[in-house]
Amino acid sequence: MKPIETDFVRGKWDKEVNVRDFIQRNYHPYDGDDSFLAGATQNTKDLWAIVLDLQKQEREAGGVLDMDTKVVSTITSHGPGYLDKSKETIVGFQTDKPFKRSLQPYGGIRMAEKACSDNGYEVDPEISEFFSTHRKTHNAGCFDAYNAEMRACRSSHIITGLPDAYGRGRIIGDYRRVALYGIDRLIEDKQEQKDSTGRVMTDDVIRLREEISEQMVALKMMKEMAASYGCDISNPATNVKEAIQAVYFGYLCAVKEQNGAAMSLGRTSTFLDIYAERDLKNGTFTEEQIQEFIDHFIMKLRCIKFARTPEYNQIFAGDPVWVTESLAGVGVDGRHMVTKMSFRYLQTLYNLGASPEPNLTVLWSTRLPEGFKRFCAKTSIETSSIQYENDDLMRATHGDDYGIACCVSSMVIGKEMQFFGARANLAKCLLYALNGGVDEVTKKQVGPKYRPVQGDVLDYDDVVSKFVDMMEWQADVYVNTLNIIHYMHDKYCYERAEMALHDRDVKRYFATGVAGLSIVADSLSAIKYAKVEVIRDEDGVIVDFKTTGDFPKYGNDDDRVDEIAQWLVHTFMTAVRRHHTYRNGIPTTSILTITSNVTYGKATGNTPDGRRKGQPFAPGANPMHGRDTHGAVASLSSVSKLPFKDAQDGISNTFTIIPGALGKEDQVFAGDIELDLNK
Amino acid sequence: MQGRIHSLESFGTVDGPGTRFVVFVQGCPMRCAYCHNPDTWEMNGGTLMEPSYIIEQYERNSAFYANGGGLTVTGGEPLMQIDFLIDLFTLAKERGIHTCIDSSGIAFNPDNSSQREKLDKLMGLTDLVMLDIKHIDPEKHRDLTQQPNTNILKFAEYLNEKHVDMWIRHVVVPGITDDDKYLYDLGYFIGQFENLKALDVLPYHTMGEKKYESLGMEYKLKGVPAMDKSKLLEKKQVILDGIRNRRKESTNQN
Repeated sequence: MKPIETDFVRGKWDKEVNVRDFIQRNYHPYDGDDSFLAGATQNTKDLWAIVLDLQKQEREAGGVLDMDTKVVSTITSHGPGYLDKSKETIVGFQTDKPFKRSLQPYGGIRMAEKACSDNGYEVDPEISEFFSTHRKTHNAGCFDAYNAEMRACRSSHIITGLPDAYGRGRIIGDYRRVALYGIDRLIEDKQEQKDSTGRVMTDDVIRLREEISEQMVALKMMKEMAASYGCDISNPATNVKEAIQAVYFGYLCAVKEQNGAAMSLGRTSTFLDIYAERDLKNGTFTEEQIQEFIDHFIMKLRCIKFARTPEYNQIFAGDPVWVTESLAGVGVDGRHMVTKMSFRYLQTLYNLGASPEPNLTVLWSTRLPEGFKRFCAKTSIETSSIQYENDDLMRATHGDDYGIACCVSSMVIGKEMQFFGARANLAKCLLYALNGGVDEVTKKQVGPKYRPVQGDVLDYDDVVSKFVDMMEWQADVYVNTLNIIHYMHDKYCYERAEMALHDRDVKRYFATGVAGLSIVADSLSAIKYAKVEVIRDEDGVIVDFKTTGDFPKYGNDDDRVDEIAQWLVHTFMTAVRRHHTYRNGIPTTSILTITSNVTYGKATGNTPDGRRKGQPFAPGANPMHGRDTHGAVASLSSVSKLPFKDAQDGISNTFTIIPGALGKEDQVFAGDIELDLNK
Repeated sequence: MQGRIHSLESFGTVDGPGTRFVVFVQGCPMRCAYCHNPDTWEMNGGTLMEPSYIIEQYERNSAFYANGGGLTVTGGEPLMQIDFLIDLFTLAKERGIHTCIDSSGIAFNPDNSSQREKLDKLMGLTDLVMLDIKHIDPEKHRDLTQQPNTNILKFAEYLNEKHVDMWIRHVVVPGITDDDKYLYDLGYFIGQFENLKALDVLPYHTMGEKKYESLGMEYKLKGVPAMDKSKLLEKKQVILDGIRNRRKESTNQN
């Protein structure tokens, strides 16, 4: 790569693709407060009014305003779309008009058809025919390879939410590269990568060469797409407006081609601040203008939409995109990474109002500056729209240029990616252990025909031993099912736009997940510390339990049960690690069902902890609802004991609190300060 | 000495400065009509706990309380268990934990010298007392709580003598404790104290009512509406006026 002409501080980044190096050499930590921030401009207000009106129309139309049924979405498939061209400073929509959902059949044609038909649209028969007969999809590939056991596990929901009929998502392109290097340099770099592969044409080398070629095609298409909006992204961005636009175009290409379960943005704010600081210093733009660019950028991110089925929306409780943007954090050199741009991103929650998307995620550290912490707290109280993650924990693994995909999955931007793997239903697995592999709801033999528990009272050691065996089986089927899924996704629904913005050799995390952690912990605790009698139905299947006596419950900082939860995570992860993973992915697990816990609960019978059949699971690593009786800190403490090394894909805890319970309303009471009697 | 404990709360945000570990003790002689913890009245209930156990629970999550928070004992009436408090706060102060007592002052007996001796010791271990004065008028106080307020007011004087930081708390109940005259008098009374650090005026809420129902107890304030928050600020100003005037007077005298 030829060196870039630049007035930024030089380093490795101007000779090789290395965004982190650019950031570290050029960013300015900001220690001040929020007083510099600018409000919404008239143009912003006008544009946002258009969006609000479209949202209203969409709701009135039953959830979808318009769908493309004729044009298969690619980076360049659609001409430009606008809200009001004269007022938009950052441009670009997924299709040729806002709120029109694109047609993305590569994940599976039936899913695409159903997403249309459920919303009153019909996919062009020629397209249906083409993707059924001439071009195979990811979904078709998976079902060609599945065995009977995998299909049975899938339909009984012991393994659930598998991305075999929809896009796996969770891959974050380093969209900043588009701004920093321009497309031409990135293509040049990809050509060098392709030339550098091995000469012996093994499967891996062939696949890599083909993938890099696809990536180069995607890069060329990005340029073409940007040009349709009148923007030239061949070269590095020259100011903050161009940089934001370039980052957004990169992201837009990803969501034009992938309807993924989570399509996250990465960690862009501190990168963009470098341009903003230079522009402010040179007088190129004012604070108000820069805030306007960010407001328009975020507005666009709030308009990202996909064609999805009601069932999909049920799993994810709504229609989420998970445009997660990671803010702040601390650098490995000890400097915090809060910049004015971190504030500006949060300020959009005021200028445009509160919103769950983009999912603004603060990488929290005790070492973040006080002014930013205060602004976060204020914004959380007033908008309930910020997610927090533990930077001090993740920095140890990922350094200081990682981002969050979806809600908790951490990965180094442009260097690591993830194969998303849905989750294993551990509560159901426990019931399978008791019933010798017979499903407690369908009464079918789904798991292996192990010996079921005997007698009427459950014995802890006996149950644990049977449960470990059943988990081994579950992990086996689960990992192998995922191997098929990711093989087919790479083959038929490859993320060329996102992977074009990655290094050649990426580290792949092979993500798995668990659901029902607190149910199993409490159930085992009940078996250990109370008396649990089983109730069998006429077929001899255990369908209910009678629990006598009290038992420690997860969520009260009680080691007796918290240690069971820790053991559970570790044992499951150990079982997962035993297996071969596709492309040598590094196995990880997550405990993060934020919304799908309701669906999983529906498919799972009565459990020994007293939960009734059909009742929702607790979200993520949360204690079961109402069982944490010692206050929030004790509840959080139970969660924090779960071993991160065994759940590196993330542990989520959904924490809801009424503002009044967080402290007094400041007008009524603010401690000592309030009593200024000298006035 | 063991304490008789109603419950422990690991995330207290309204019982003193910062985030606090809150110990609710069991047992209270007051019968405040609006009490939202009537389940802590009974003197013989609760669970016996060692001070060391409570400190251990605190220490497990001390990171949450380190930044300006600490340990608060409320109830129930903490001062019914002075020996326990001395043991608990001795351990707390050894660890540098900020200690706070939330009390009605009802247990204070100025004529009891052995209590005084213990209290003197306890106050040496206490960083803050939040004293809840229910009503400044003796008769009205009795109506509201079935107890006189004489010793409660003396307790405030005692805290002042001991130089223990004091927050005054006062619940404003519509039609019962919202008379401007008494609010002013309350302010005028507490205005004399140099140890007064804050005034915490709380709006009456009706969330306690359900608890009475579930305990099968009569709720005396049935039908009394919750206190309006904006009005509350006006009421607070009345108390502050009383405090200011008292302070002006004493400045003028000097």
